[in-house]
Amino acid sequence: MPILSYLVLPQDGAMDQLCSDLANMDYCEIIPADNQEVVVLVTDTPDEKVEKTLQETLKNLPSLQSFSMTYGHNAV
Amino acid sequence: MKLNRRSFIKSAAAGSAIAAAGSIFPGISFANWKEQQDPSGQITWKKAPCRFCGTGCGVLVGVSGDRAVAVKGDPNCSVNKGLCCVKGFHVVQALYGKDRLRTAQVRRGGKMVEVPISEALDIIAAKMKETIKQTGKDSVAMYGSGQWTIPDGYVASKLFKGCIGTNNVEANARLCMASAVTGFMTSFGIDEPMGCYEDIEHADVFVTWGNNMAEMHPVLFSRMLASRKRRKNVQIIDLATRSTRSSQASDRSILFKPNTDLAVANAICYEIIRNDWVDWDFVKKHTTFHKGKTNIGYGTEDHFKFKDAPEDISFEEYKEFLSDYTPEKVEKISGVSALEIKYLASLYGDPSKKCTSFWCMGMNQHVRGTWINNLVYNIHLLTGKISTPGNSPFSLTGQPSACGTVREVGTLTHKLPHGVVMKEEHRKMAAEIWDVPLANIDPKPTYHTVEMFRALDRGDIRFIWIQVTNPMITMPNLNRYRNGALKDDRFIVVSDVYPTPTTDVADVILPAAMWVEQEGMFGNSERRTQHFDRIVPGPGETMSDTWQIIEVARRLGYEKQFPWGEDEYIGKIWEEYRRFHDSPKHNMAPYTVLKKRSGVQWPFVDGKETRWRFNSKYDPACKPGSDFDFYGKKDGKAWIWARPYEPAAESPDEEYDFWLNTGRVIEHWHTGTMTRRVPVLHRAVPESYVEIHPEDAMNLGVTNGEMVKIISRRGEVTMKASINGRGNPPRGMVFVPFFDETYKINEVTLDAFCPISKQPDYKKCAVRLEKA
Ligand code: SF4
Repeated sequence: MPILSYLVLPQDGAMDQLCSDLANMDYCEIIPADNQEVVVLVTDTPDEKVEKTLQETLKNLPSLQSFSMTYGHNAV
Repeated sequence: MKLNRRSFIKSAAAGSAIAAAGSIFPGISFANWKEQQDPSGQITWKKAPCRFCGTGCGVLVGVSGDRAVAVKGDPNCSVNKGLCCVKGFHVVQALYGKDRLRTAQVRRGGKMVEVPISEALDIIAAKMKETIKQTGKDSVAMYGSGQWTIPDGYVASKLFKGCIGTNNVEANARLCMASAVTGFMTSFGIDEPMGCYEDIEHADVFVTWGNNMAEMHPVLFSRMLASRKRRKNVQIIDLATRSTRSSQASDRSILFKPNTDLAVANAICYEIIRNDWVDWDFVKKHTTFHKGKTNIGYGTEDHFKFKDAPEDISFEEYKEFLSDYTPEKVEKISGVSALEIKYLASLYGDPSKKCTSFWCMGMNQHVRGTWINNLVYNIHLLTGKISTPGNSPFSLTGQPSACGTVREVGTLTHKLPHGVVMKEEHRKMAAEIWDVPLANIDPKPTYHTVEMFRALDRGDIRFIWIQVTNPMITMPNLNRYRNGALKDDRFIVVSDVYPTPTTDVADVILPAAMWVEQEGMFGNSERRTQHFDRIVPGPGETMSDTWQIIEVARRLGYEKQFPWGEDEYIGKIWEEYRRFHDSPKHNMAPYTVLKKRSGVQWPFVDGKETRWRFNSKYDPACKPGSDFDFYGKKDGKAWIWARPYEPAAESPDEEYDFWLNTGRVIEHWHTGTMTRRVPVLHRAVPESYVEIHPEDAMNLGVTNGEMVKIISRRGEVTMKASINGRGNPPRGMVFVPFFDETYKINEVTLDAFCPISKQPDYKKCAVRLEKA
């Protein structure tokens, strides 16, 4: 049951789109910054397989420029 | 309760990301976030550097009971400011693979049997004594690693060079950064980068030279992207031989033919001079011009020897040398258009732009690795873009302590912790600190890594102790070296954490403590020493590599040199080692300071770290009154080198018509010993593959996932094709990641090396392909 957090950067001008894309995805919670184009994303998935699929979806999101992990926990 | 704990963990995860954002984007605010307090206090957090790459990210390891359960980026570590990559996040799981080596094993009657570790250590010491008696001190050897902790490497060097008196000490960092060292030594007379990662926040232009940072140094790449996002005018240019994730994220991707980066770098210098973009004040005051030998060979034969013969030249002679490298001529050699070369030169030449060049294996694993390092320094020296924030020629390292343990401690045949074995004053210093007779330290280097394994094959070396590395996967031209290791009268000791193809050839296996199961230090790419405590216990009879060496040293009769107790030895070793670097050029932080901080950069002088070396504003070792002082050279001047383009050792021909290039992927660390045991990383990239251009695949009649046989003059491997995968080689090239021991791609590669650094070239040899 992995819990991860990321810093996510949108493509230029795509902050709102990115927030809406992420907010509509399963297992994702977001905290957008109020004054800069940066989003904190926390994912809470049932298992590593779902986690991996989710990461692939994130990688292919057109509104997303890059994402970097900051935290990982794998409940055992 | 479960829900509470889970929501607390989620809150901690969000908190980590917010802390990271705070350090990367100053002033950022997340007003809507409310932190939850820990309801249970179940997880405690302790600092450590990440186990994997040379970036040296600081992590906080979450411990529950005596088990490490979580990782977060350490926001107090200036390297990563709270970020981690996918490997870093999963690092603790690498401790808990089912087949961890927990007990020692010895080969009896052809089979490995478990024995108490003390018995294994007795056997090792006895075998060393016997071998030295029968075939001499230079028939025993130690082969270590850029993943050794600093104390590991230090005690290995002290035992072998100081006590036994052989220079048979090498480390796998020879395979990853020796050219960087000789590049620094020949251009500046002193090793390791002048800049630091803070350059990333100052530079306007980044040029990555054969360096897929998005996968190999992902956290630094994220910092570059963040800087581009924040400052808008930042450009990233990817200069490479194949398209990668870094190319995709860059503003411009430029491809060159293998080995022709030499010509491209010279053409950039040609253009800088032709357009008078030279910083003349800087060049006149701080540089001199030189040339060396040419047609220097490739080292593919045993006992290969090379010594350069530097000569002074004038600026005019250098300019004349560059006339062979006009952009138009170089376009024909390199495949990079004259326009692109001029564009690159204009970026470096623009005085209003701060330029940072990054490189790693592409330039170092190169038969002219020293030269290409020199040539990129030339660009920065001609334009005066060096040793100031944002202006940085920056050689990155691959391994977490290639700098700390191999370059700084000097675990290479010719090195000592300070200086080289060839110089009497350096031997004297070592003899005094080590408390051994001066005559013990042999003034003659013996074998660099490739030659060490050749010596094992020939029988000149009979006993080798291998720690924290997997040469039976990583040696180029592997068949020869594996057959050598398997010969009857060779004795191989391997210390590792999991079974590998190298433990397969061992006569004794020692179970090693891993990462935070022991106390230690690493040294990363930016001269940062990072201490970590023993945070969790290791399984079974595992023992730190340092302590294994100490135990054997004592059995060999060197109690006096290795007197420390198990509760204090790391601190004592550090303070002894630090004496070697006691000068403003290299002073290391005291143990007590290292223990407190998430890494400390050297030179550490009067309680302050040095961010930019050779610049008197930042570096107290500079001569008073100077602006820049390249004090590694006697006259304080850096060397600009005339180094020509020469081709690779083996290029495609009619019979073997493809280039083979090898490397890594983000999910796996080196030979996959640790990361292939982390389920999520293993599942992400479960096996290796060969990247092939779609048109080449079509000609071969191969579709994605079908099997391709890769054949060289040395061996062959059959593996799945990857077409339009994460990396795309140009036509006529294939690329294979080396992490998967099922496909030993180094049976195919060539053991040619840079004659100056002796670092092999894993990026270029000739192969042919067949549909399997
Ligand atoms: S970038 Fe390197 S040091 Fe940082 S988390 Fe990833 S593997 Fe570890």
